[in-house]
Formats: sequence, structure tokens, C-alpha cells
Amino acid sequence: MFDTCADPKTLEGLSWLLCYLTTGKHMMFYGSFFVVIALMVIVAPVALAFGFGGAIAARSPFAPLRWFGKLYTSMVRGIPDIVFFLFVPVAMDQGLEYLRYLYKCPHDGTPVWANNEFSVCAAAKLPLSSTPQIWHEVYGFSLAVIAFAVVFGAFAANVLYGAMNAVPRAQLETAEAYGMSPAQVRRRVLIPQMWTYALPGLSNLWLILVKATPLLFLLGVEDVVYWARELGATKSQLYDYPHPDWRFWYVLVLLVFYLSMTKVSEIVLGRISTRLSRGQATMAGEALRKAAA
Amino acid sequence: MSDSCPQIIADYAFRSLGFGERVLPRGDFTLCHEFTLIGSGLIWNIYFGVLAVGFGFFFATALALAKASPRGWLRRPSEWFIFVFRGSPLFIQFFLTYELLVMLPKAGINLFGLTIETSWTTSAWAGALFVLFLNTSAYSAEIFHGALMAVPKGDIEAADAYGLTGFAKFRRVLWPTMLRLAWPAYTNEAIFLFHATTLVFFSGFPAYQQRGDALYYAKFFADKTFNPFIPYPITAFYFILVTLTVIGLFGMVNRRLNRHLPGHIRPKLRIRPQIIR
Repeated sequence: MFDTCADPKTLEGLSWLLCYLTTGKHMMFYGSFFVVIALMVIVAPVALAFGFGGAIAARSPFAPLRWFGKLYTSMVRGIPDIVFFLFVPVAMDQGLEYLRYLYKCPHDGTPVWANNEFSVCAAAKLPLSSTPQIWHEVYGFSLAVIAFAVVFGAFAANVLYGAMNAVPRAQLETAEAYGMSPAQVRRRVLIPQMWTYALPGLSNLWLILVKATPLLFLLGVEDVVYWARELGATKSQLYDYPHPDWRFWYVLVLLVFYLSMTKVSEIVLGRISTRLSRGQATMAGEALRKAAA
Repeated sequence: MSDSCPQIIADYAFRSLGFGERVLPRGDFTLCHEFTLIGSGLIWNIYFGVLAVGFGFFFATALALAKASPRGWLRRPSEWFIFVFRGSPLFIQFFLTYELLVMLPKAGINLFGLTIETSWTTSAWAGALFVLFLNTSAYSAEIFHGALMAVPKGDIEAADAYGLTGFAKFRRVLWPTMLRLAWPAYTNEAIFLFHATTLVFFSGFPAYQQRGDALYYAKFFADKTFNPFIPYPITAFYFILVTLTVIGLFGMVNRRLNRHLPGHIRPKLRIRPQIIR
């Protein structure tokens, strides 16, 4: 990065540290923090959408849809989320490749799953082996996003289902008395009113999501944990910047990063909570009204 | 052809503890193999879960009391402890502790002529259990602290009126009420701690001689057969059983804690995932 860094072995003290912390690999380490933040920011709305679908399905008058919704919302209670993180990406990948196999491959009778292998012809591979490396990474990251969205969608569905049931019945009846159809009641009253009840659960869910992001490492994405272990490992004299095992210090940086993410999130969520409580028929809303009066 | 199912069970039922067949099955994986070996790994999940929750309960009570203390030197360390363990990912805590334990001198620490062995601390049964213990203590302490703050004022005044003070007041009034109020949330915490035990062997702690937990073996099968649709649902099945057992046991305690209340206001144990971890 800097001209002075051309010969790292001659450097000492602060200039050594400066050069060490600006190597190409360190830049990728810093970049991976944005990968993690990107994951949180992308997963949050997708999971919310999944959760919304799940909650609406669980309230549906159509029984099979309701069963599906209930099953989806309750699966995360019994099964560890890590099982989903390991299962969903592989299952998605194989499912997509199998679909492509159905119309892209010649069908010569060779089974797809055989001899402990999953093999489809080269044309059905996803992404194609000829695509540039970046698309392989994007594909891996997208599968991770889907895995996270499935799990957090189920948690969110639980929260939203509870929140929808918590909206006072009188408010919905008032809307019905005005002659609104069920869809109008849902859109104009139920959904706007449920947020104040959903917020504590969703805030907690956001904090859980933040704390689940290091699991990206398990999905093979080059995230902060990957780089911390890579950079911290003992470097012999063969390297430009030899150092002993520094993994502890790198992981300590991650700990501080996550603690500050938690702290900042708590402050922001506290503000949103105040904003949403305004004018609500809840204790928090009442406290705000009294404080203002 | 592969062995019969009883033979497989005899060979692999305690494989995760190091008994039975030394090598893991190669090729020719039957459903029986997968059920047996994943079930064998579940022993570790139960070991971690039971001991962490069991020891964590007492430490959490102490932490919650410290957090409620008016004395700063007691309150502040406990607040920090809870913040650090609740505010950071368990995964990172595992890594950090492992790296810390690895940095201990290999030869042992010499303390007043006594040599304290350190090598055992980096193995999962000790190191990971320690992290899980601290982690669940922090989460439970927050739950207990919340419940302690919610103990009705009238209960405390009644205890004062009876002349109860200090430990007697805590033992006979505060503690039972705190537990009663905290129990539904604490049940949640226990369930999700059992789920969190699946992380142990993915987080730096090595699975010595391939002795791993349920998910370790599930991943082993998924990697070997390229078929995730069998081992992971088996793991899911086992964990649903564990979850139902935990709910059953905690439900029994819940009934005992609430036995003095009239039937219609007795709180039922409801699992609310919105207050998880």
C-alpha cells in the first residue's frame, strides 16, 4: 500500500505495524466486516417477509395452509438452528441442480444420487464451472442468505403471529363496523397496529441475527471468522510479516466488534420503540402521554 | 453386505465416548448406521446441556442477586459479565476461550511447588462445557434479575412484617417467587442451550478420535453421502425428543413452584421463542 512497505523485514515498531495492518489480506479482512453487515441488512427484510407469510398462513381459514404455517413457526422450537444452516444450503443447491438436470442433461439412465455421490452433467452445474470466481462467491452468499432467512423467518413468524393476536379485538371490530372487508381490516388496521406489539420480539430477533452471523463461517463464506483465523495463525519466517500465533487477538477484535454492534442496535431499537409507542393504548404509550402532559 | 442392525448398535452406540468400533463406517451407510451414530453423538449434547444448565443455575442466581445489589463493586462486574456474554456470539466465545486455553503453558503452571496440568482444558468436555456454563449463566441471570425486579412489593412487605431478614427472607420469600416468575423464560433458555450445544465441535474444539456430538456425525454422513436429506432430519428428530423432554421436566418443576396458587391463575408453561437467548 505504502512505498515504505516494500521491504517489510527492515521495518520496526510503528511503521511495521502500519504496514502489517494494510497488507492486501488485511484489506480483505476489513472488507469481510462489510460482508457480515451486508448479510444482516439483506437477511432482515427477507426474513421479515418470510415471517409475514408464515404468520398470515398460520392465521389462514384454509386448513392445509394453516397447518403449514403452524409447522413452519414451530419447527425452530424443537430443532437447533445450526441444523438448518448446514441443511438448507446443501439442500437448495442440490434441488436447483436437480431441476436444471431435468431439462439440461441427456437422460441416459444414470441416477443422480448413486454411490455416495450427487452428480449431474456439467451443463446443469450451478454456477457453471466456466463462470468467474466472483459469481461462485455470490452464489454461496445467496444460499447463506436463504438459510438465514428460513430460520429467522420462522422466528419472525412466531413474533408476528403473537403480535397480530395481541391487537385489541375492539379495534378490528370498529373497522368491521365501518364496513371494511377482511383484507381491508388486515391492511388498514391489523398490520399498522401490530408493530408496537411485535417490536420487542423483533428487536430481540435482530440481536439474535447479529449474533448468528459468525455462523457464515460454517457455510464456507470467507467471513470475519475465516479471516481472523487465517491472519492470526502462526506465520513463519517465509512470510513477509512473521509472527507467532495471534489468533486470540484477532478473535478479541471480533468480540469487540460484536459487542459494539449489540450496543448500537440496543440504542437504535430503544428509539424506535419510543416512536412506535406514541399514541398506543399500551403502558408505554400511556407513559409517553403522561410525560408530555 | 453390511452388518445387522443389532450388531451396528453394539459397535457404534457408544462410539462418541470411545467405546466399540474404532473406525467410523466407510461406504454402505444404512439408516441403522445413521440413527445409531447420531444418537451416540447425542450423549455429548445431553452431557453439555445438563451440566451447563445444572451448574449455571446456581451461578446465575448469584449473578442476578449481584446485579440487583445496591453496592457498586458487586453490581458492576455482574452487569459487565452479563453484557459481554449476552452481547457477543457464542461461536466467538468458543473460539476466544479455545485460543486463550491454547496459550496456557503446555508444561503446566507451577503454583507453590504444585504443578497444575493445563492440557485437559483445551479438550471439549472441559473447555466447551466451561464456556457453555458461563454463557447460560449470563442469559439465566438476566432472566432471574428481571423476575427478581418483578417480585410483588406486597410479598416483600409481608416478609418484613413476619420479621424475616437476610438469608431467611431470600430463601423463603424472594427466591421461590423469583423462580416462579422466571420459570417460563428459563425453560426457553434451557431449550435453546441444548440447541447451542451442537456448536461445540464446529468452533475450534477438536473432536478427538472423531468422538463428536450428534451434529458432528450428521455432518460426517452428509459429507460422505452427499445426501443431506437423511442425516439432518434424523438429528432434527432427536432434538425434538430432547426438547419435549426438557419441556416435560421443566413443566413438572413449574407445577411444583405454582402449587400454592388456585388452579385458574396457575401459569401454564408456554414456549415463547420471541424471548429466546
